[in-house]
Amino acid sequence: MAMIDVQDLTYTYPATDSPALKNVSLKVEEGEFVAIIGANGAGKSTLCYTIAGFIPHFFAGTLNGKVEVAGIESQHSTLQELVLNVGLVFQNPFNQISGAKFTVYEEIAFGLENLGIPREEMIKRVDKVMALTGITDLAKRSPYALSGGQQQRVALASILVMEPKILVLDEPTSQLDPIGTREVFQVIKEMSNRGMTVVMAEHKVEWIAEFTDKVIALSRGEVLLQGPPAEVLTSPLLPQHGIGISRYTAVARRAREENLWPAALPLPVTLDDAVAGFVGGLENAH
Amino acid sequence: MRIEIQDLHFSYPGGVEALKGVSLVVNTGEKVAIVGQNGAGKTTLVKHLNGLLLPTKGTVRIGDWDTKDYPVARLSSRVGYVFQNPDEQLFNKTVYQEVAFGPRNLGYPAEKVAELVKNAMALTELTGKENVNPYDLMPTWRKMVAMASILAMDTPIVVLDEPTTGQDAASIERIAHCVQVLHQQGKTVITITHDVDFCAENFERIIVMGGGRILLDGPAIEVLAQEEILATTYVEPPQLTRLGNRLDFPHPVRNEEEFLDMYRQLHRQRDRA
Ligand SMILES: Nc1ncnc2c1ncn2[C@@H]1O[C@H](COP(=O)(O)OP(=O)(O)OP(=O)(O)O)[C@@H](O)[C@H]1O
Ligand SMILES: Nc1ncnc2c1ncn2[C@@H]1O[C@H](COP(=O)(O)OP(=O)(O)O)[C@@H](O)[C@H]1O
Ligand SMILES: [Mg+2]
Ligand SMILES: [Mg+2]
Repeated sequence: MAMIDVQDLTYTYPATDSPALKNVSLKVEEGEFVAIIGANGAGKSTLCYTIAGFIPHFFAGTLNGKVEVAGIESQHSTLQELVLNVGLVFQNPFNQISGAKFTVYEEIAFGLENLGIPREEMIKRVDKVMALTGITDLAKRSPYALSGGQQQRVALASILVMEPKILVLDEPTSQLDPIGTREVFQVIKEMSNRGMTVVMAEHKVEWIAEFTDKVIALSRGEVLLQGPPAEVLTSPLLPQHGIGISRYTAVARRAREENLWPAALPLPVTLDDAVAGFVGGLENAH
Repeated sequence: MRIEIQDLHFSYPGGVEALKGVSLVVNTGEKVAIVGQNGAGKTTLVKHLNGLLLPTKGTVRIGDWDTKDYPVARLSSRVGYVFQNPDEQLFNKTVYQEVAFGPRNLGYPAEKVAELVKNAMALTELTGKENVNPYDLMPTWRKMVAMASILAMDTPIVVLDEPTTGQDAASIERIAHCVQVLHQQGKTVITITHDVDFCAENFERIIVMGGGRILLDGPAIEVLAQEEILATTYVEPPQLTRLGNRLDFPHPVRNEEEFLDMYRQLHRQRDRA
């Protein structure tokens, strides 16, 4: 049974005319790490909200079709039931911070406290997550007196610490430094390897290619493509729909036009694939 | 208009020392990108340029003005700062009001205000959204409104704090175009970004910050090739620079043209061999 099963979903926000999501169908298996890509306004956040149950429980509007998450049909359940299974990291980290706590440490422990997790386990989990997200040094700081990227790390940590069965992340690395971005992808990949189901809206194609199992491309609220990263991310459809591609893919495409890229090889999405292809191109020179 | 920063130190109330001695000159018309790890002090540094923050120690000069002698309202005529988080900046009820606010405040006559607003909205592709409430726009468009409201002030120095955050390919191109236009107008443009590919493709000079200090400052191609120093502040070289390094290119490349030129050259050498 799929962990996330969306069938023919159409959703329209209140007081708007056209649907933000149109006839969307997708399945995510347990332990899969899936990326959602798309231009601004394509519906990435809306899909994240829907999978996390914020639509329809928090935003009104009209929802048609089926959204089943961890076996619970979201229209026929409460947000509380869903929250036990799904954690959502918001696009804007400011929306995540509870406002109830004075230090970063307390902020991250907040959710566990509410669940009544024993103190020892709580400390262990909070310390571990803070190390994974690179914020150990910020433990005693106010969650508001931080740089943008530090705040985003805190927002991410406050959800990771809950160890939800299903993790939904809306552009969680938008303000992170480059190596921090890669580390976050790595951490999330490891969690998915241990069974967590992950859906992540992202623009950073290089890391999507390197770490995810499947990519869903949205355009104007509809599913444009879904499939293995190497396939979706090299599709010539992406640029036509305002979706960025990796520099490796772009440069290899130009090289291929000049017969400098091995004819038998698909276009690369990762650095390793690009290296292999361009080394091959030189070896074939004669 | 020249920017001159001397031995700048800054501590936030509560004691975090965010800048630990930064000295920097940016000349009129330069196009500069600032990169560096989260918490490096990038935002703190640029907030000193229009007087939002004042040095704990050291001086910041904008042209002949020492920022400690001028209020933010005056400094705003020289330095336009687009906040990292647009929600800290926007407060008007319509996009038009928001974009017109700055030039009105600077005392421009109504006709000039209308012209400045029109140009800024065209450049950011906001034309047609004049009557929309900024809060009804998606976050990525709010950032464009924040940019337009600064561009409309027509300041000689423009500072963009992470304009590319969360933006799609088309918006990044639009932002690169804005930077180019400002540069052609002779303005000084300073941009903070984590997008090193964007940096390599659009900026000549790059400043790398880490731990409240400047670690590197120089031509993009030299700076972005210093893989080891960059890594100390959590920055990686751009994709094509990394690819070139892996292919043992004799010198670093930073965009498609440079990459392909070098690769064609290697290819010809192999052909002959
Ligand atoms: N309002 C504040 N009060 C106290 N400390 C702050 C405040 N804002 C930032 N800091 C601290 O100052 C240091 C520099 O922060 P700054 O915002 O300048 O970083 P940055 O380089 O812009 O980072 P980012 O890439 O995450 O935006 C960090 O240690 C940060 O936690
Ligand atoms: N709260 C809202 N009310 C009305 N329309 C919205 C709301 N949030 C998003 N939309 C609209 O839904 C569409 C999809 O937006 P969104 O899911 O935020 O896209 P993305 O995350 O891919 O940038 C856009 O047309 C946007 O304007
Ligand atoms: Mg979004
Ligand atoms: Mg910043």
